[in-house]
Amino acid sequence: MIPNDFDYQKASSIDEAVSLIAQGDEDTKLLAGGHSLLPVMKLRLSMPAKVVDVGQLQELNYIREEGGALAIGAVTTHQQLASSELVQQKAPALAQAAGVIGDPQVRNVGTIGGSLAHADPAADYPGAIFALDGEIVVQSSDGKRTISAKEFFVDLYTTALEANELIVEIRIPLNAANQNSCYLKFPSPASRFPIVGCAVALHKDGGNCQEVRVGFSGVGNAAFRDSAVENALNGQSVNDQAIANAAAQATDGVDVLEDANASEDYRRHLAKVFAKRALTQLA
Amino acid sequence: MKKQVQITVNGVSYRGEVEPRQMLVQFLRENLELTGTHVGCDTSSCGACTVVLNGRTVKACTVLTVQADLGEVMTVEGLASNGELHPIQEGFREQHGLQCGFCTPGMMMSAWQLLQDNKNPSEGEIRHALEGNFCRCTGYHNIVKSVQYAATKM
Repeated sequence: MIPNDFDYQKASSIDEAVSLIAQGDEDTKLLAGGHSLLPVMKLRLSMPAKVVDVGQLQELNYIREEGGALAIGAVTTHQQLASSELVQQKAPALAQAAGVIGDPQVRNVGTIGGSLAHADPAADYPGAIFALDGEIVVQSSDGKRTISAKEFFVDLYTTALEANELIVEIRIPLNAANQNSCYLKFPSPASRFPIVGCAVALHKDGGNCQEVRVGFSGVGNAAFRDSAVENALNGQSVNDQAIANAAAQATDGVDVLEDANASEDYRRHLAKVFAKRALTQLA
Repeated sequence: MKKQVQITVNGVSYRGEVEPRQMLVQFLRENLELTGTHVGCDTSSCGACTVVLNGRTVKACTVLTVQADLGEVMTVEGLASNGELHPIQEGFREQHGLQCGFCTPGMMMSAWQLLQDNKNPSEGEIRHALEGNFCRCTGYHNIVKSVQYAATKM
């Protein structure tokens, strides 16, 4: 399979990349690792006239602590995130999500920024970004803006990213709940995409739940934070009974996908099971 | 419009002009006639096209040749040196790690990556490291034994 012909430009800096997409032309696509974009181009579901490659930009490849957050450059690969001791320590849910994407070869090339921009409803990262209260920093010729997960993920393959904007950084706050976080998934046996992916961040004080955030991937048209589970556990003493009660609320009031992998009922069931497992692991 | 690329493959530098839409696996097979790297599914699932790009394994059916510009590639043809089989190749021969052989080049490159990262992998670690490579003949059992053999020789 061969993509439609396109003009290719390799950006040598963030500024150059931003200027190459400044027209906001929908026919121009940014390329990082290409593991979301190239498959859809090979199927000719996407036929951009121009591709701007930012995958080699070292100024977009980093993981560091900065201003009370973990700052991650947009073209950092899944493999780099999964194997980073800093991420494993400060935001284990993100390292764990990165480590179960696809397979080793895919993780060596695919990038966090590329995956977030593509916004596959079954991508692993978005649920973790929700649970970790992460933010996405984007840049255009007008400057930078920071977008919360809730604003960023709009719908199936749809984000708040404008055509003239480049994702430059993902920011994960440094806090007690994020340090005590995890990501568990029930993968499709063929594609390894999550049928249900559940990320939880939990901070306990004296046995009581001070803060809990629950994010789901693969369950709805877009990833989401499950406030029903959070509200049921916040302020409660964290024990088996409270966890079971809270997990049983998972997907309450949320539209859930139904497809060849799983019926809506089965997905709701899996969401409750995985919320319980994740909470139990962190308790 | 064609683009100039310069790519080092198995230690030899190649220059050429390629269409931006050409995949790295086609550059290797058709431009350089290095046909050891196979095209299986062509959808980044099966791993038959696995090569090493700048030190990490990639599926060459899902990387543009232009993305590899100024990079270093190692294909299965680069494993042996001075006519001596690489321990991974020797392992696949000694432990009957192949039947039809179609997946073998990709399997060996994934095994190479594993043994770079982990000199003494467990059976479970070997199976996880080969998750991105499909074999429809062997049931994987002898492939795992081949990698275990190579690990003891390296």
